[in-house]
Amino acid sequence: MPFVVPKENYTGRIYTVEIGTGEKAVKVGGANTLPYLGFEGEIPNPPAIAIEIQDIPAKDWPETLKKPFDGVTDDPAAWARFCEKELGVGIIALRLISTHPDYGDRKPEEAAKTVEAVLGAVSVPLIILGSEHVEKDTQVLKVVSEAAKGRNCIIGKAQEENYKTIAASAMANNHKIIAMSQLDVNLAKQMNILLMQMGFDKERILTDPMSSALGYGLEYTYSVMERIRLAAIVQNDPAMQPPLVSDIGRNVWKAKETIASESDIPEWGSVEERGITFEAVTAISMIMAGSDLLIMRHPKAIEIVKKTINELMER
Amino acid sequence: MALSGVEIFKHLPKTNCKECGHPTCLAFAMKLAAKQANLDSCPYVSKEGKEFLSSASAPPIRPICIGHGDGSVKLGEETVLFRHEKKFVNPCALALSIDDSLPDTEILKRIDGVKTSEIERVGQKLRVEMISVGHTSSDPSRFSAVVKLIRENAPKIPLILNSKDPAAIESALPHCKGARPVIYAATKDNTEAMVKLAKENSAILGVYAEGLDALSSLTEKIKGMGLDDLVIDPGASTPRRMIEDYTMIRRSAIKKGFKPLGYPIITFTSSKDVFAESMKASIGIAKYASIIVLDSIERWKMLPLITLRQNIYTDPQVPMQVAQKIYKIGDANEKSPLLLTTNFSLTYFIVQGEVENSKVPCWLAIMDVEGLSVLTAWAAGKFTAPKIASFILESGIGDKVARKELIIPGYVSILSGALEEKLNSDWKVVVGPREANALPAFLKNRAA
Repeated sequence: MPFVVPKENYTGRIYTVEIGTGEKAVKVGGANTLPYLGFEGEIPNPPAIAIEIQDIPAKDWPETLKKPFDGVTDDPAAWARFCEKELGVGIIALRLISTHPDYGDRKPEEAAKTVEAVLGAVSVPLIILGSEHVEKDTQVLKVVSEAAKGRNCIIGKAQEENYKTIAASAMANNHKIIAMSQLDVNLAKQMNILLMQMGFDKERILTDPMSSALGYGLEYTYSVMERIRLAAIVQNDPAMQPPLVSDIGRNVWKAKETIASESDIPEWGSVEERGITFEAVTAISMIMAGSDLLIMRHPKAIEIVKKTINELMER
Repeated sequence: MALSGVEIFKHLPKTNCKECGHPTCLAFAMKLAAKQANLDSCPYVSKEGKEFLSSASAPPIRPICIGHGDGSVKLGEETVLFRHEKKFVNPCALALSIDDSLPDTEILKRIDGVKTSEIERVGQKLRVEMISVGHTSSDPSRFSAVVKLIRENAPKIPLILNSKDPAAIESALPHCKGARPVIYAATKDNTEAMVKLAKENSAILGVYAEGLDALSSLTEKIKGMGLDDLVIDPGASTPRRMIEDYTMIRRSAIKKGFKPLGYPIITFTSSKDVFAESMKASIGIAKYASIIVLDSIERWKMLPLITLRQNIYTDPQVPMQVAQKIYKIGDANEKSPLLLTTNFSLTYFIVQGEVENSKVPCWLAIMDVEGLSVLTAWAAGKFTAPKIASFILESGIGDKVARKELIIPGYVSILSGALEEKLNSDWKVVVGPREANALPAFLKNRAA
């Protein structure tokens, strides 16, 4: 019995979403096959990686993670410039964590100033993330979206409870949007449909099905993403075809596995390599499940994953 | 690939003799298709019919058992391509490569690394299961001596004898009597000798050929020689080829019923650097490899890989659960608050994470509700006032805290009255936040 390549024919394709402007603009998505099955379709763009910075110094971050950013986290603009110039990262994700009522409650206008300063410091595309406080994000993301007009950013995250204002301002200022839902295929689809119904161009949406860290619910995210990708590619469902975003860094660096010292738990080995590998393994699993854009924290983890992405793109 | 009743019927005697206990051959065929009858009940089925039907009803990926006794490893038997469809059956085995050109002291160190690799995670004990003995010394007697050394020091650990030289394999096999090792590998150049050795020693044969065409021809040839306990390697050495080749293998076996590729996959993730190896091993775990042979097993590297394997091979229909008990978070003492939630692993992880975030030491009471989340458990009648009360009272936590106050999840605030009644009169019930992310603020406010 001779071997016959078990090729399947798909009709769906992921939308190509471009972010940023000029030479540094980045395209994500565009595949018309399941992750890295190059024998039956095209994968025009590699998964992109954004590095996460925040609008307050990284005091609470674990030591492993603070080290590579030593001396730059006091000023978000300097931090962003460092990521672009020194680390050579292609996308910056700025989390406006201090706008959260529990973490500083900064005003939308202050957040807008930070966004302007960061945009002034870098030429790579910017992802602007709120604090995921439902009410506060509506105020903050509206104002920062205006401040970032013309730079083709990704604004996020819009959730079922607050998407209208956020989407309206992202639309008015020509940005892309992250639609977030909670670990459920149907909720992810519904969120995309809600945005489309208010006139948001479906090819400007990115779906965040809620990320998790390795060991902390990764299997749920993994399967939800695989199912979304199957619906997009195999069933050609237009409401499932936005690229997928994995916001993993903050989950990974909260896990005990990335923080506990070797003296506390000797059987886990060196904390630095462990943390980096934990983030890189989380990232590569998300890429296997269909992620098109990852938000990560540790520069070394990003470097490791990028090398593997390069190999994934080679035939 | 499962056959329909009508397809099975074609291979039955069609005499309606009823000796199988069914009124007609067709009725029997239908029962066979539904897996409610066994072909052995038919006394008259032809030899050809029997062969055809038993091979058609065999699992699409052959079950393989390596090693012996309680260290043995079961592989194969997979039935799906995506884990949401059905649980991935047999978790891939992780193996450490030990080369025979290493000095004995280094070899003993590596053996010890495998023997002490166990990590406990969410109630499961997980470890590196196998050792692959590499043969770069080009001296068969050295290979044999190293296999002997490993067998003496780690008699329970299943082995992969990694040499394409039949002479080396032959010299090592006497140390593996009854231990069902993997011989890796048969190639087109040594097929006859390797098949003979595998048969004589009831070993599993690894089959290596570059590409899926060559690999399928070789496994068919070997099966024709009477050997069917195989693991296969199409030589995919890059991440992209691993995903493509392994997907094609799994798809051919499961969706097309293509027998020549219906075997567990073995992969060697050897890489330039240790991080790159972690990436390739992750791809192997997610994408259908059954044996992953690693160059090194540093503890910091194995924790993420073993965790990934646990995640991928979790049953999607059965929620992961943590054990019912009162967990101590931080330096909790008699003044620390006591929080309650359910034993669904995600619920536990999120609540525990947020409590740790708050930096307020706490007691976290995790109640067994068969792995359901708070609202689901409440709706299913498993998270009720009487049940919670008996858990809290029997746990003895009342003796450890000065203030008998139980903080319950905001979603079940409705329980607070009934729960206070069920607990002894000195207990007070406090309604906490609905979502875990509000816990840090809640706990800090209370502490202030």
